[in-house]
Amino acid sequence: MTTPAPRSSGFADPYGHNSGANLADILERVLDKGVVIAGDIRINLLDIELLTIKLRLIVASVDKAKEMGIDWWETDPALSSRARRDELTRDNAELRERLARLEELEPGRARKEAP
Amino acid sequence: MTGLRYVYAVCRPLGAPLQAQLTGIGGAPPALLAHRGLVAVVSTVPEADFCEEGLKAHLEDLDWLAATARAHQGVIDALTTVTTPLPLRLATVFRDDSGVRSMMEARETDFLHALDRLEGRVEWGVKVFTEPPPEPATDERARTAATGDKSDKPMSGRDYLRRRRADTRAHEADLQAAESFADALHQRLGAHAEASRLHPPQSASLSGARGRNVLNAAYLVPRNRSEEFVELVDRTKDEAGGLRVELTGPWAAYSFSGFAEEDARHGASAGEGR
Repeated sequence: MTTPAPRSSGFADPYGHNSGANLADILERVLDKGVVIAGDIRINLLDIELLTIKLRLIVASVDKAKEMGIDWWETDPALSSRARRDELTRDNAELRERLARLEELEPGRARKEAP
Repeated sequence: MTGLRYVYAVCRPLGAPLQAQLTGIGGAPPALLAHRGLVAVVSTVPEADFCEEGLKAHLEDLDWLAATARAHQGVIDALTTVTTPLPLRLATVFRDDSGVRSMMEARETDFLHALDRLEGRVEWGVKVFTEPPPEPATDERARTAATGDKSDKPMSGRDYLRRRRADTRAHEADLQAAESFADALHQRLGAHAEASRLHPPQSASLSGARGRNVLNAAYLVPRNRSEEFVELVDRTKDEAGGLRVELTGPWAAYSFSGFAEEDARHGASAGEGR
């Protein structure tokens, strides 16, 4: 798997263009505007349609989305970063492990306290 | 590893070569693929990243998406310095050059028509933000009310609520003033542009901008009248009184690529893919 090399200085510097553009400006153009052509990888279009809807909600004002009663993205794991998911998984595993250890250490007390 | 052909843009044959140091997605150098009266700007991307499964996984990853979007925009940006490109949407991918050629042939009329319409024009982005509300002042009043600070007249609960309502009304009035400034500005800039588009306001979570975005618009302006347009925007910055006007560009005419917009509006683009 190859990830595009991150350019620390952004795209703007080599060409002296668009120094004021932020990620939202770029995403709203490259994902939501531009010419739509069906390529050979056909899944693109449907996936990007969905992604565009999700991103529109991130890019567009969150207040407005909430006003419109749209809040499903708050619980959509796809919208939280992978790092965060990994962290949660790690935390969960660690907590489960600690709980198991505690239960092992104090089986008598756990039984006594149970109603 | 096998490669796929990623298409950034379609344009007329270029009068000048691409910058030698230009890189596209994954650091690959973009190449020109000529077919009849058109040129596609392409580069090779790893199949693992852009096949159905790979792409599906990547599109959920904001870091990958951001890097890919910047690389895509970087190539488009370089093209706007030498020609008028018709930017394609992110992740338009073909198996090989002959797939790209057939696509160019199938859409030839649309491309030529759009390129004629946009020739010599660029897009400018203009956003207006309110400056963040003066929260600390409100907090101070609330604290004074709560502790009954002796240095000031103690505020009753009713007074406090009255004050809060007044603050809310003032905030709403500010927002209304900001929106009417934005409307007037859009009218004025629109009169100096060939076409304009209103985009949904941006949220601070992705843009990282301060304040509330009350205008997010794009204007299609001939390149030779751009200086004038930029000066016009600069002048309005002085009249904005408490509001922030931000200009981005020149962009390729993303927001005015025409037939794509029609397709998207009528849902034809989704049908095309099946």
